[in-house]
Amino acid sequence: MAWVNAIVQGLLTGGLYALFACGLSLLFGVMKVVNLAHGDLATVAGYIGVGIIAVTRVPVLWSIPIVVVLMAVLGYVLQRSLIQAAITRGELTTLIVTFGLSIIIENGLQQFFTANSRGLGVGDSFITSSFSIGSQVVIAWFNLAIFVLAVVVLLALQQFMTRSRYGRLIRAVADDREAAQLSGADYRHVFGIAAAIAFGTVAIAGICDGMITTISPTIGTDTILLFAFASVVIGGLGSLWGTLLGGVVLGVAQAIGAQINPAWEQLAGYLVFLLVLVIRPQGLTSRGAAA
Amino acid sequence: MTEASGRQGDDPPEGRTPAAPRGSGPLLDVRDLVVHHGQLRALSGISLTVYPGEVYALIGANGAGKSTLLRTIAGLHRPTSGSVSYEGRDVTGLRPEKRAAAGIVMVPEGRRLFPSLSLEENLKVGASYARKGPWNIERVYELFPWMKERRAQQTAQMSGGEQQSVAIGRALVANPRVLLLDELSLGLAPVIVQRIYAMLPQVLSSGITVLLVEQDVSQALRVATHLQCLLEGRSMLEGTPAEVTRAQVEAAYFGADVASGEHPPETPPLADGSNALWPGSTPSSRAC
Repeated sequence: MAWVNAIVQGLLTGGLYALFACGLSLLFGVMKVVNLAHGDLATVAGYIGVGIIAVTRVPVLWSIPIVVVLMAVLGYVLQRSLIQAAITRGELTTLIVTFGLSIIIENGLQQFFTANSRGLGVGDSFITSSFSIGSQVVIAWFNLAIFVLAVVVLLALQQFMTRSRYGRLIRAVADDREAAQLSGADYRHVFGIAAAIAFGTVAIAGICDGMITTISPTIGTDTILLFAFASVVIGGLGSLWGTLLGGVVLGVAQAIGAQINPAWEQLAGYLVFLLVLVIRPQGLTSRGAAA
Repeated sequence: MTEASGRQGDDPPEGRTPAAPRGSGPLLDVRDLVVHHGQLRALSGISLTVYPGEVYALIGANGAGKSTLLRTIAGLHRPTSGSVSYEGRDVTGLRPEKRAAAGIVMVPEGRRLFPSLSLEENLKVGASYARKGPWNIERVYELFPWMKERRAQQTAQMSGGEQQSVAIGRALVANPRVLLLDELSLGLAPVIVQRIYAMLPQVLSSGITVLLVEQDVSQALRVATHLQCLLEGRSMLEGTPAEVTRAQVEAAYFGADVASGEHPPETPPLADGSNALWPGSTPSSRAC
């Protein structure tokens, strides 16, 4: 039963990983930008949440929409200015620019918030309450809520991409930038919208992370970015459900590893990641890389 | 040799019979366009004037600069010098998406459909920034009736001719004033090309002006009201299909000096006895 519990816990964690990863996947799929600052953006969102709650005293859950909107606007502006300028200069430049952004964010956060870790307290009753199935499977309501939130966000994103006008334009621009221009679409604006969505989703993930555990200035690169990359690679690029699957596989692998030996949690995750790279480099979902 | 010689297109269009009433000004006016691809000079001072209602054909061999000219008019290339005016307004510095929204819409060479989108989604993208006008997705389905049943299909599974039709439909739903058609016949069987060009009368009757690029000269002469022949980035010949002789077109196409009246070189015959410029064409099929 302890194993079942480990798998269930890993599955729930996987939802959060998928939430971290979907923005990374979107940015790469649409504009071929490997955003090395993606994890740090999650951290920034968490700290913005901390700041907003400290200053305005809004309830923690209320801070989510505020932070998401702020991060989405930041995403659009950053895309239209810095990242677009990098894209114009070539793909390698985007790598250097986002790497630089990552360093600036981490050091900026350490400067203003110190290296101490912080959490976003949700209120003890909710975060600690749980229910059990059988004798050993204990599910925290809060973890379950975050998993459900992740699925809902991915579902909404999927619907947006397939049904809405801008979702269609994002896919069109990802396919053929120039042909989209000939249809009247300013691809830079469409890129900006894609970036706004990516920043918005990673903001949700960052705040959730801050509520489940704690955040510190360096976790963005140390863990979040790596987990997001692993989820994207395991699941396969260009598919949102693949990203969810990748996150869940990573989460379950980590949980099982930890069950064997607490020191093997991360190792087990990366072993599965390497295994997928060797056996199925296109990822578990067979759609392959986005065009 | 860099100076533009042997050009006949600089003069005002005397004797030109635009399809629309004479009072209307040019829809598209290109002046002395010079375009470079890196070091390479692709266009050396091309001018052309397109009047409303015309079918203006740009012909020429591979590498003559036809597609470059069309892409520059669509805004995809920045000219080194020269200007592009549309509806009397200078649009030389305008971005391609702004030109499309203003009514200059191009069907690019090689179709360039969105492969991960369905047929209907391709058309919807084309309609995203549409001007007001007679064309919409339903009307495109009337023009190409086979599309309606297959609208949910990915275009990658379709034949070249079908893809070309989708590309035309995607441009039409934007309600262009001037439609730029880049090598519609590329890679398609002659019978398919005929079928695709059959849509042209309906396009023209909806008030759209057409500027097209063709390597297939007989096809171009069949539909054009005005033509210009390019060679290595220069204009070699301009006129209406009635004004130009077959010998002149051959000379311009292959590079003999038409102005000096020098005898044009023999056109290389093809194995089947027809010739490179007029594959299988009869004099009557070229009559316009």
